[in-house]
Amino acid sequence: MLQDTLRRYLSDKYDTKTRNTIIDSDKGFSPEIWAELAELGVIGALFTEEQGGFGGKGFDLSTVFEELGRAGVVEPFLDTAVLGGGLIAALGNDEQQALIEDLIGGGLQLALAHGEPVARYDLSRVETTAKESGGQIVLNGRKSVVVNAEAADHLIVSARESGDVADADGISLFLVPAGTSGLTLRGYPMFAGGHAAEVTLDNVTLPASARLGTAGKGLAALTDVIARANVALAAESLGAMETAVELTRDYLMTRKQFGRPIGTFQALAHRYSDLLIEMEQARSAVINGAGHLEDDPAERDLHGASMRNLIGRVGRLVAEESIQMHGGIAMTKEYELAHIAKRIVMTDHRFGDTDYHLERFIELSAA
Amino acid sequence: MDLNWNPEDIAFREEVRAFLDEKLPKEIAAKVKRRGDLTKADMERWHAILNEKGWLAPNWPKKFGGAEWNAVQKHIFEEECARAGAPRIVPFGLAMLAPVLQKFGSKEQQDYYLPRILNGDDWWCQGYSEPGAGSDLASLKTRAVRDGDHYIVNGQKTWTTLGQHANMIFCLVRTDPDAKQQEGISFLLIDMNTPGIEVRPIILLDGVHEVNEVWFTDVKVPVENLVGEENKGWTYAKYLLTHERTGIAGVGFSQAGLESVKRIAKAEQASGKPLIQNPHFAARLAKVEIDLMAMATSNMRIISRAQAGQAPGVESSMLKVKGTIIRQEINDLARRAVGPYAMPFPSEAVEGDNDPIGPDYAGPVSSAYFNNRKLSIFGGSNEIQRGIIAKVKMGG
Repeated sequence: MLQDTLRRYLSDKYDTKTRNTIIDSDKGFSPEIWAELAELGVIGALFTEEQGGFGGKGFDLSTVFEELGRAGVVEPFLDTAVLGGGLIAALGNDEQQALIEDLIGGGLQLALAHGEPVARYDLSRVETTAKESGGQIVLNGRKSVVVNAEAADHLIVSARESGDVADADGISLFLVPAGTSGLTLRGYPMFAGGHAAEVTLDNVTLPASARLGTAGKGLAALTDVIARANVALAAESLGAMETAVELTRDYLMTRKQFGRPIGTFQALAHRYSDLLIEMEQARSAVINGAGHLEDDPAERDLHGASMRNLIGRVGRLVAEESIQMHGGIAMTKEYELAHIAKRIVMTDHRFGDTDYHLERFIELSAA
Repeated sequence: MDLNWNPEDIAFREEVRAFLDEKLPKEIAAKVKRRGDLTKADMERWHAILNEKGWLAPNWPKKFGGAEWNAVQKHIFEEECARAGAPRIVPFGLAMLAPVLQKFGSKEQQDYYLPRILNGDDWWCQGYSEPGAGSDLASLKTRAVRDGDHYIVNGQKTWTTLGQHANMIFCLVRTDPDAKQQEGISFLLIDMNTPGIEVRPIILLDGVHEVNEVWFTDVKVPVENLVGEENKGWTYAKYLLTHERTGIAGVGFSQAGLESVKRIAKAEQASGKPLIQNPHFAARLAKVEIDLMAMATSNMRIISRAQAGQAPGVESSMLKVKGTIIRQEINDLARRAVGPYAMPFPSEAVEGDNDPIGPDYAGPVSSAYFNNRKLSIFGGSNEIQRGIIAKVKMGG
């Protein structure tokens, strides 16, 4: 239902030209599109009824993000809703929880400031520090590639209150309002659309009430929302792959060289068939990941790692083969596939690449 | 086969290295290494430096002002240039048009154009592909009709690399629409400043402007700008495709790229250790290095055969396919290696004179990965090359 509405809305409103104009704009996303999609219920679908939404399960996430991926949407639903909103919904006190209503209505932007320059994909590697004294908390450190940081009304910043640099224990989360003194953002566009920033925290001073959840126990909640983000990312990539494969089919059937459609050359026809075969694998991997999202963490993460590894492999194949079978046209910015291929490949740089998830899978399946 | 370089080759390599150390402008090499946009002036400056040394045209005969190097010397030169971060020589005039003029051009054309190519008076671009004629180049439709002392040219060319800098274009045009496809094509030299020519930029997926569309509306071209005979242009274009192919494997680029990936993987940390010690990453790196070691030898085998006077045929196609697969795999490894820092889209607007966004090596990797998807598409796609290999080997 929402899926159909969303697909129709995006196919009417979000064509290549509109989207490319949005990408090149100062903000890097469209507040109008954001508001209209919120109105359609896209954000509400990502939260459970207790949280004020009407979905929030694995398949709700995968359905929404597959459609967003199909149209190559660059608006920050993952960052604001799944990551930021997910953490507030899971950990927030009453006052913090009140933000969710505004968020679902489309009136709030969030960003998760967790990754650090040398952390790569390790979730527990946090060097940013939080020191509490006299009822105040002081944050110092640096966060890298914080997606949606410039637009965010609040950043959710992870910082270490105790323990060694890679310890699972000792990480806390803080809700930091935009514009807080000591917070510096260096913003930039990203390769596949959207904006991010390098964030510096220089004696950022907060009241103790800015802490989200229990001191030192932030990693479990982070792991939970990132498990959800992985389903969203994989589904988004799947949707983008569907577009890539459809564009490729149309091109193979219409582009003529040597007096015939190039799809009639067996060398290309077989490669197109291989993409379809792998796409079925990809779809099933997303179903496995989404369907196990509510399982206990070990089971959930095993399926999550398996999903991301497979999606990473198929994604690269689909992106590269679709470009190759098109030829030069797919290399041009104004052709839809160029953006779609970038979205697919760049998925592999958030919350772990194909190899990282392979290692996670090996680790978790041995456990 | 002797895998060792002979003393003359070693001496030559040292000479090239010393020259590059001394003469390659540091700021240009830095730009090449960080994949910054080379300006027209940068490229012209490097050409002038090479020209002064007499090394701008390695494959031209001495009588035209070339270095007349043998295949091994050319290979060494290309390898050292890639290692040092020298800009690629802009090939259109020097490596693509010049051999055709030297073989098929008139005395007047040779005397006029060849020195201008060396001196940088003309910047040439190539007018081959059309929207409807890519892999099937012989189906091209741009029309040239003889009218007294001129041809009148109408049509459209595309993927014209660096056409925005060019003042001259060499084109394949159809002069006889009734002949068999390959037999009605002529090779024309056209001044880009002639009325009726419009150059429109094509922006690629990494945001760069390196290719263009070139539109021709009733463009008057003097008949003396025809190369060779009318309707024989396809033969000349094919000569060009088989003539100078030693660099096609891109061994130098791959070696430089691999070294760069290793540097990145030593600097990047994964779970508290250098990425290069991560078994999965190390395995990917090792596989491509093993492929490259073998291909470097394949390349040398083919070069020494060329040296002995055997024109490389189907082997060029093999080197192109394998060479581009290896280069693209190295680009993929670089992208993986930088982790989340592959996501920023660095631009002059963001970075300018400021520090890079992430580690300095991260800036160009995503651009390079996407931009180099072109390697397996242009110059005869890898599918076309595979078709040639099978056709030749099965006697088709």
